[in-house]
Amino acid sequence: MSEHEVTLTINGESVTRPVEARTLLVHFIREDLSLTGTHIGCDTTSCGACTVLVCGKPVKSCTMFAVQANGAEIETIENLAAAGTLHPLQEGFWEKHGLQCGYCTPGMIMSAKGFLADNPDPTEDEIRHGISGNLCRCTGYNKIVEAIQYAAEKLQAADAGGE
Amino acid sequence: MIPAAFDYHSPQSLDEALSLLQRHAGDAKILAGGQSLIPAMRFRLAMPSILIDINQLNDLRYIEERADYLAIGAMTLEHSLEDSPVVRSSYPLLRDTAVVIADPLVRNMATVGGNIAHADPANDHPATMLAYRATVVAKGPKGERTIAIDDFFTGLFENAMAEDEILTEIRIPKPSANSGGAYTKLERKVGDYAISAAAVQLRLDGSKVAEARIGLTNVSAVPMRAKAAEAELVGKSISDAVMEATGKAAAGECDPSPDLRGGVDYKRDITRVMVKRSIQQAVARAKGGK
Repeated sequence: MSEHEVTLTINGESVTRPVEARTLLVHFIREDLSLTGTHIGCDTTSCGACTVLVCGKPVKSCTMFAVQANGAEIETIENLAAAGTLHPLQEGFWEKHGLQCGYCTPGMIMSAKGFLADNPDPTEDEIRHGISGNLCRCTGYNKIVEAIQYAAEKLQAADAGGE
Repeated sequence: MIPAAFDYHSPQSLDEALSLLQRHAGDAKILAGGQSLIPAMRFRLAMPSILIDINQLNDLRYIEERADYLAIGAMTLEHSLEDSPVVRSSYPLLRDTAVVIADPLVRNMATVGGNIAHADPANDHPATMLAYRATVVAKGPKGERTIAIDDFFTGLFENAMAEDEILTEIRIPKPSANSGGAYTKLERKVGDYAISAAAVQLRLDGSKVAEARIGLTNVSAVPMRAKAAEAELVGKSISDAVMEATGKAAAGECDPSPDLRGGVDYKRDITRVMVKRSIQQAVARAKGGK
């Protein structure tokens, strides 16, 4: 059973911690770094509640060992309103009622952030495809899709305004 | 659910990975994308005492067209297949498959080599690679060798590689003119395994089917080719009756297990339908359609 020193960047901050090899990334984030915004849902690689960005790509943090993230850049839900203002995705979920119980929301938002970076102007079908690895048992998804559309439009307008 | 304890190694080169594997043969597992292995470890269905993580081997991530085949590095992410222009333009069966493997989050970690080496009949690539007549490249202490895909799957989660070999590349023969392929999958929800799925790759000669290979997903204990179905198809002119006979042959020769996705009769009938739909699409593509 090996222990390793892991150095990674999480939400812009570099951290170094000893980890047991079998520690899953989601447990490392929640328990070692006390960032509990990332949720554990199914614990079986099915639901996407634990989605975080690893080097910009949304992945399930319950299906990756923390030691594998050595040297990586991780972003979690806590980073989105770090400056005190809601990110357009958070604002979209608020405005469009994109959540009911809220359990899947951090994962939904991180997935959406990941695919909007590649595809800033998605069709409704592309949004549905993009979040197809994230389960929501409350909303029926329509409001989540609207929330992501809201965010995509707002992000694009902000981009256009900045040029 | 916490996996059993293990020793972790992260080699920086293939040679280093091979020497670690040789030193620990029998005790070590290779960690590729981990999207099957890590869940299995969490359920303690797998309890390797040593993990050799090959995610640092970035030179095993490539999709390259060579003289007469497409070479895919074993560590190529499934997501990269979805994005690849050459896959999109020339390998529609592979593209069909790539977009229905698990879900987009899993495809950001999962690798093509891992999917094949795992030799799970419920995985999607085995059927597709069987239909393509692919070749697997394995490297071990004695050097490199190629294994025909027909000889690769030897049992449930068992393949033809030795314990000290690593799968490094998959080669798909370049489809000749008038060829087409398609993958059709029925799943209860995105991310679940197939109820049944069929991979078809064929070549037309006029209205006749000159060559055809058919692979099936999740309807047998070992990834299988539907050879009786192929025999119904090859040499015939495409018609509804021929496609129905081919689908029925596949339904007859597959060997599904009843589970929460359905009973045996249902899965056989779905297999018939998947095979027919894949043939239709493959024929349309062989004639120049999308």
